[in-house]
Amino acid sequence: MSVTKDTQLELHRMMMLIRLFEEALEEMFSRGLLHGTMHLSIGQEATAAGACLALDKKDLITSTHRGHGHCLGKGADPYKMFAELLGREDGYCRGRGGSMHIADLSNGNLGANGIVAGSLTISVGAALSFQLQKKENIVLCFFGDGAVNEGSFHEALNLASLWNLPVLFLCENNQYGMSMASEKAVAGESIASRGNSYGIESIQIDGNDVEAVYESVATFKDEILSNNRPKFIEAVTYRYRGHSKSDRNLYRTSEEINFWKDEKDPIKRYIGKLLEQGITEVDLKEIDEEVKNTIRTSVKKALDSPLSPVTNLEEDSYA
Amino acid sequence: MPELSVGQAINNALSLILKEYPNAFIAGEDIGIYGGAFGVTDGLLETFGEERIKDTPIAEDVIAGLAVGAAMTDSKPIVEMQFSDFIVNAMDPIVNQAAKLHFMYGGAVNVPIVVRGASGAGTGAAAQHSQSLESWFCHVPGLKVVTPSNPQNAYDLLLHSFVDPNPVIFMEHKLIYKIKDDVVLNNIPSNSELLGQAKILSEGNDITIVSYSNMVNVVKDAISSDELSEISAELIDLQTLSPLDMETIITSVSKTKKLLVCQEAPANSSVGSTVISNVVQSDAFSSLSIAPKLVSGLHSPMPSAKHLETTVIPQKEDIMQAIKDMV
Repeated sequence: MSVTKDTQLELHRMMMLIRLFEEALEEMFSRGLLHGTMHLSIGQEATAAGACLALDKKDLITSTHRGHGHCLGKGADPYKMFAELLGREDGYCRGRGGSMHIADLSNGNLGANGIVAGSLTISVGAALSFQLQKKENIVLCFFGDGAVNEGSFHEALNLASLWNLPVLFLCENNQYGMSMASEKAVAGESIASRGNSYGIESIQIDGNDVEAVYESVATFKDEILSNNRPKFIEAVTYRYRGHSKSDRNLYRTSEEINFWKDEKDPIKRYIGKLLEQGITEVDLKEIDEEVKNTIRTSVKKALDSPLSPVTNLEEDSYA
Repeated sequence: MPELSVGQAINNALSLILKEYPNAFIAGEDIGIYGGAFGVTDGLLETFGEERIKDTPIAEDVIAGLAVGAAMTDSKPIVEMQFSDFIVNAMDPIVNQAAKLHFMYGGAVNVPIVVRGASGAGTGAAAQHSQSLESWFCHVPGLKVVTPSNPQNAYDLLLHSFVDPNPVIFMEHKLIYKIKDDVVLNNIPSNSELLGQAKILSEGNDITIVSYSNMVNVVKDAISSDELSEISAELIDLQTLSPLDMETIITSVSKTKKLLVCQEAPANSSVGSTVISNVVQSDAFSSLSIAPKLVSGLHSPMPSAKHLETTVIPQKEDIMQAIKDMV
């Protein structure tokens, strides 16, 4: 499968959008504008961008506590995301969800989840709906390496395999569950091998190679729809920032972090590849400026927008 | 009007739902060929097929979780927790997901699921198959909690739970399954108006007795005994534990001036203690002529031996004594 030039530019644009979105949040946090913590995905842009852009709008995703990239990848409006983090009425959840719980059903995002592995079983249920409703779509379930030791991970994989559900499990292995190194937490050969043990075809890929992610997801999506079997991808990646804003990074060295930033950065690597393939710096600069402008105007608009009014929150708890 | 047991009444309600709602399905352990551990789903597999009567592995977390995901995507799942004690393995999808998503996502999604489970003691099933955990779920905003006590309200309440747009925990006490009565097979309602409505089973002036689930039947026995024939008791079956119909209770207590609550569950942080707390915080407080009383199960795991089990669960005689003490 070859990736078209338009798709290449779109992949670059999406990774830039995610990074600049996260950096803008970081800046707002340091200025004291945000209430609560957040989990930034800087360094992991390729998995979110590559996976989401390989899907159709009607394909669904379930997301994680580190979900801003997934949300943007699926087409969310950065303004409504900033508004959510700022507790504004225009936010996706009207200030009730915040960073960790953004859902955007209009674009097929069933929502970010604050419980590690919390969305695994939900993705299975959504895939069951697709099967019962005979729809030609898949559910892509994002989760991290920390999720694979939860019981619900195993229950979900087992059932998805038994019932031939159209779900693509995508593990973003950023190598740490908060401070716990994945090598100290995951028994057995690899995370991908756990998929195989449930009879689910599973592969491990370079999660910082955006085209590898895009092509793997696109190929698996086609196969899921043609042979009615779930699939599993372990995408190896790395987060540059701490788990959340309180993290002092005591469990890893600055050399390790700098190695990933300098040698493995998904955006830097992709720019190098695109330039080699004849895309010009002018092309890329145009995209980058457009993204910067989107972020700038979205932040400003969100800051100027009204706070979510205090309604009857007890009534809001029920549909 | 057919005479049905509670189990048959629920079976009829499930059958009607599956017939009328093509997007409804049932999932749970041994609900297919086995017909459910208590026979509630008997025959449904033959009528509706494997696609809609989904026998699952023993995996409560994914049973509840798949219901959440399916409900978010236009399906209408009803799932069975074989013994409601096993719901402990499904607390994350129920408490952190089903109950929260509507609120947490700013109203963008609904999670209309029904989680049925066989609850309660009296069968000698011991500590891990006999609990009355309903108050756990009453503590969680976003959930509704329903406890039928007889064939008619089991049938109606299940239909109303099904059409409610929220997640509903539907606790079926094991000892009510065999209770038989004539049942009006009502159609599926257009809304869930029955949820949140207590029912006054007998009117009276001397004492208000509030109960729910199978304990309602024990209270009925107690107040119909010859020994208490002089006492005019008003018996209220809560039917829904969350939301609680405090209005009916407060009106009754204002009239009778006495409140007795009877439940099988232990007292700490329970439905009964909430009922009493709400009454003493209400205008009915000043009309109370005597302190309210809660007759509850002991704060003990359920023992297996019959004589020990009956020690833990309030018996008819305990309730009769409480009434005599109060009136």
